[in-house]
Amino acid sequence: MSDDTPETQSGLQRRTVLTGMAGILATGMAPAIGQEKITLRYLGTAVNQDKAIAEKFEKDTGIKIQYVAVTTDDVTKRAVTAPNSFDLIDTEYFSLKKIVPTANLKGIDTKKIKNADKITTLFTKGEVAGKKVGDQGTAPKKVMYLEGEKSKKFSATPTQFMTLIPTVYNADTLGIRPDLIKRPINSWAELLNPEFKGKAAILNIPSIGIMDAAMVVEAKGLYKYPDKGNMTKAEIDLTIKTLIEAKKAGQFRALWKDFNESVNLMASGEVVIQSMWSPAVTAVRTKGIACNFQPLKEGYRAWAAGFGVPATLSGKKLDGAYEFINWFLDGWAGAYLNRQGYYSAVLDTAKARMEAYEWAYWMEGKPASQDIKSPNGDVLAKTGSVRDGGSYEQRMGGIACWNAIMDENEYMVRKWNEFVAA
Amino acid sequence: MSTHTVRTEPVEVPARLRQAQPERAVSAWWQAAPFTAVFAVFFLVPLALVVMVSFWNFNEYELIPGFTLRNYFNIFEGCSHLTDNGDLCVTLSTYLSTLKFCLLVWGITLLLGFAVAYFLAFHVRSPGVQTALFVLCTVPFWTSNVIRMISWVPLLGRNGLINQGLVGSGIASQPVEWLLFSDFSVVLAFVHLYTMFMIVPIFNSMMRIDRSLLEAASDSGASGWQTLWNVIIPLSKTGILIGSIFVITIVMGDFVTIGVMGGQQIASVGKIIQVQTSYLQFPLAAANAVLLLAVVLMIIWGLTRLVDIRKEL
Repeated sequence: MSDDTPETQSGLQRRTVLTGMAGILATGMAPAIGQEKITLRYLGTAVNQDKAIAEKFEKDTGIKIQYVAVTTDDVTKRAVTAPNSFDLIDTEYFSLKKIVPTANLKGIDTKKIKNADKITTLFTKGEVAGKKVGDQGTAPKKVMYLEGEKSKKFSATPTQFMTLIPTVYNADTLGIRPDLIKRPINSWAELLNPEFKGKAAILNIPSIGIMDAAMVVEAKGLYKYPDKGNMTKAEIDLTIKTLIEAKKAGQFRALWKDFNESVNLMASGEVVIQSMWSPAVTAVRTKGIACNFQPLKEGYRAWAAGFGVPATLSGKKLDGAYEFINWFLDGWAGAYLNRQGYYSAVLDTAKARMEAYEWAYWMEGKPASQDIKSPNGDVLAKTGSVRDGGSYEQRMGGIACWNAIMDENEYMVRKWNEFVAA
Repeated sequence: MSTHTVRTEPVEVPARLRQAQPERAVSAWWQAAPFTAVFAVFFLVPLALVVMVSFWNFNEYELIPGFTLRNYFNIFEGCSHLTDNGDLCVTLSTYLSTLKFCLLVWGITLLLGFAVAYFLAFHVRSPGVQTALFVLCTVPFWTSNVIRMISWVPLLGRNGLINQGLVGSGIASQPVEWLLFSDFSVVLAFVHLYTMFMIVPIFNSMMRIDRSLLEAASDSGASGWQTLWNVIIPLSKTGILIGSIFVITIVMGDFVTIGVMGGQQIASVGKIIQVQTSYLQFPLAAANAVLLLAVVLMIIWGLTRLVDIRKEL
């Protein structure tokens, strides 16, 4: 940004216009706020916005959380175009490359975060249990710190100011219907195996879908990418070509864009193998339908989300946002999320709020010593069963790449449209 | 009303009143002002902005004002030759697929809508029953668009009701796959959703047909088909045209129906625009929108060549 002033100026003008728009949006969306009670508008995807978390937080602190649920892509769009329409953002690390240069987020002062130094090393150093994990793509450690509170630049080394405070993260893989496939699946290549013609699905969020496709391309031995999360044009061409060929051969039953779509496709049996998110697998299972979050030999595609604070937030609302973040890392929410199959950012505090048998099942990969229930009380796993992918260390240690925004993003989106149109 | 007064005044009104004329003209402007303002604020200004932005440059996170044709070149990039897979370029194949749906849906909704309107207008004698049946036609509109679409999924799916019936009764040995997430399901949903937009205007113009014309036709010895072809259809042209404009503009811009019913695998111009806006490629999306608008306007212009709406109304 340092190289051209005109761009900055135009950016500012645009922001002023958009601020006005955001103001209109905000007045429409925020109901009358009481004198002493504050309401935090929490922008994020529906997946992370759990009613129980908001209720518990309000009970504990008296601060209301108002969820604004949009899709992954729209979170970024709102953050860039309407930064005043929310008080707290829950977004993925890979989106930061787009949001941070707009200066719409302010660095979070780790001195005000009680458990900041307990955040898992996966984020701060890119390590799990002392071992480095794959850092292809936008690994959180690359975008974790800002040079200063109001900086538009990432810092390669730890500083006092974090871009996002991690909330949940996981490593994604393929979801399968073992009852309909009836044989072991162990490679990403199976997604394009003609055996599942007309019964496979892939994610229609280009920046994530192409990473899954890249995992398949590597698994089939077609090509080895130097960095799957930052492809060259030729690499994008190759990846999309593979997808188009599969589509023309009738491989895909559907593409899916949001959580519920993926759950419906799988639960209805329209699809037996697809790229999937862990809580979606849990959701299929709670319907009493067999569904595996299948560990694969090539490893996982990881993602991580975190809380960010808009640059314009101040006063009571800013304090409220910090209070929420601190509360969130304090264990109750972490335990709640761990029980849904996510991982929480501060493991110690979550552990303290979980039963020993739950911790053993979810985090240590041990067989359940009694029935494992979801936070709503549905049985997720019977006594004796083991979590897919094993322990935290096995799963998160097996990360091959991270969700990413590529330098050639525009070209990639264009080619992705070509895939959809083919 | 006001134009009428203004036009006749100079002929018969003496000089004393002629002074008041400018005042009246001003009041006429005031009367037109609210609609002009609404039209300007909600249509002309946004449209001008879209056209303007379509010439801007952009990067990952901001729009850069300026003048570039890059976005338009981008749309047609690669259109001079086939892709590696032997397809037309994205833009052409997307427009072809969108136009295909447009034509199919237009044809089917026209036939269905005309038949329903004909029945309501000429076969149902009692106005009470007419109203009741008319309200019945609006029942699908009591729930949201998306819910109406999604309700097809358990019906048409691989393990859906229809397939269960087909396999259960032995008609098919395997579930029929093309019922869902296919061109078929997209057209079906469109017809389900939008036939009403044909029924209403066609019914409306049919109700205005002077019944004595039909009697005259019958007295002159015209058969039912001849009356339909030579009397009713020409006199329902306005309704048909208005209905066609509704259906065509909706289908050309749609991305939700094609997305949900086509399993997100079928391209539509609207979908491309939506993907581009969600990646903050607003100038590209704006250029696409301008192109789409031009295509739709051309279709509508063509249609209005066939029927002079103003004369007919």
